[in-house]
Amino acid sequence: MLELRDIQTYYGAIQALKNVSLKIGEGEIVTLIGANGAGKSTTLMSICGVTPPRRGDILFRGEPIHRRSAEDIVRLGICQVPEGRHIFPQMSVLENLEMGAYLRRDADGIKRDIAEAFERFPILGRRRNQAGGTLSGGEQQMLAISRALLSRPSLLLLDEPSLGLAPLIIKQIFEIIKQINVENGTTVFLVEQNANQALKIAHRGYVMENGAITLEDRADALLSNEDVKRAYLGI
Amino acid sequence: MDYQYLLELFCGGVVKGSLYALIALGYTMVYGIIQLINFAHGEIYMIGAFVAFIVAGILTFSGYSGLSVLLLAAIVSVLYVAAYGFTLEKIAYRPLRHAPRLSPLISAIGASIFLTNYVQLVQTPDFLPFPELIPEFEFMADISSLLSSADLVILVVTALTMIALTVLIKFTRIGKAMRATQQDMIMARLVGINVDRVISWTFIIGSILAAIAGVLIGSRSGQINAAIGFMAGIKAFTAAVLGGIGNIPGAVLGGLLLGIAETFGAGYISSAYEDVFAFALLVIVLTLRPAGLLGKATKQKV
Repeated sequence: MLELRDIQTYYGAIQALKNVSLKIGEGEIVTLIGANGAGKSTTLMSICGVTPPRRGDILFRGEPIHRRSAEDIVRLGICQVPEGRHIFPQMSVLENLEMGAYLRRDADGIKRDIAEAFERFPILGRRRNQAGGTLSGGEQQMLAISRALLSRPSLLLLDEPSLGLAPLIIKQIFEIIKQINVENGTTVFLVEQNANQALKIAHRGYVMENGAITLEDRADALLSNEDVKRAYLGI
Repeated sequence: MDYQYLLELFCGGVVKGSLYALIALGYTMVYGIIQLINFAHGEIYMIGAFVAFIVAGILTFSGYSGLSVLLLAAIVSVLYVAAYGFTLEKIAYRPLRHAPRLSPLISAIGASIFLTNYVQLVQTPDFLPFPELIPEFEFMADISSLLSSADLVILVVTALTMIALTVLIKFTRIGKAMRATQQDMIMARLVGINVDRVISWTFIIGSILAAIAGVLIGSRSGQINAAIGFMAGIKAFTAAVLGGIGNIPGAVLGGLLLGIAETFGAGYISSAYEDVFAFALLVIVLTLRPAGLLGKATKQKV
């Protein structure tokens, strides 16, 4: 569904990604794990057209998208939940959700999807008129995921959804991600430092170090890989 | 205490302040989105007044008069100036979007000087008499010492414009996109908002407000020249800072307070120092509330 071929992304003169290649199949949950500063977030921003790669190709359903605008990429069905949630702080919960549907024109469909989001996360429904910036971290993450789903993505990119959340909330968030994948058939590309949790729900995984992919395998194989265990699982 | 006099000053201040507010909105909207002080905004207002002057002149010469001329002049001026605002951003600011913050500021000052001189060159550096377009309404006769007919038109138009702006920002698609871009530009791009287009629209809307102010001031103060943009720009910028730059209700509040402070200072102390009162108010407010009256950094939980 999505394929990155030798992409190289720079911030000015600094090269953040050195030949990253990976593949994500339809319906999969694929995770990208790695340390701070390895280039995981840059990989997602490159896919989304926010920091387009200087070299290399990104193919979505076989079509090159690395020259397309961020707007076009959302329209094609790729949506990202960025690290740190990025809730619009002065907009209400409801308005945040509406912004997720910015490119859609089907008012009825949007209304249905918002109702569905409130069903999935009742707390958001109770706070629909509250400013997004006043929500707790966990609530913001629920809102960020719901907002992304409002664009009806076929590929959902998640950047560190567990960051800064309590263990119980983390568990709930990962369950929801799994549920979105199974019930909606949404393909998920999950970037995580919490490698243990991520590999438990993923089908496959990639390991990234210093801007390059160093390892790829089935998730269960990575979970029992000695190097991965030592470096990322803390075992 | 002379209440009649007090009331007169107050009404004069509100009229003046509402014009400041119209211009201040353009500063604050642009700043809110790209953190740029658009120093050429005062010149946009001046061009608005000039275009209205030219259109009104032609129409008056052809035998038309009164409010229809004002309306037509305003429409042409708004369209013309919207194009100016759009082009200004494209030429002077967009190429510098990722440059250090000082560069677009210098570019803004350059654009301001260029536009003033351009109008001086192709039009005239002299003061031009703006035709009287607002007739004396009969029903205003009783209170004409408080509020002239022109003042009434200014207040009504300003109020309607601000209501329209509020509706636009709160409820329309472009308004929501503007708010989203202002609050988090990266996230705005990630939900598919074309940020460049939003910035263009912000300049267009800000310019339209300035053009409306230009038309209104022309028909009230009676004369315009190529340099009126400078002082008006500085005052409106002061109003925007006073209310908290980036904050839309703040710009309106700042404009009104500034206008009232000026007329009261001029009326009770000395009209020779009219401008001083505006800036003294700014200094006092910023000392007590550095972010402006309504400006506050909403903290986001993480």
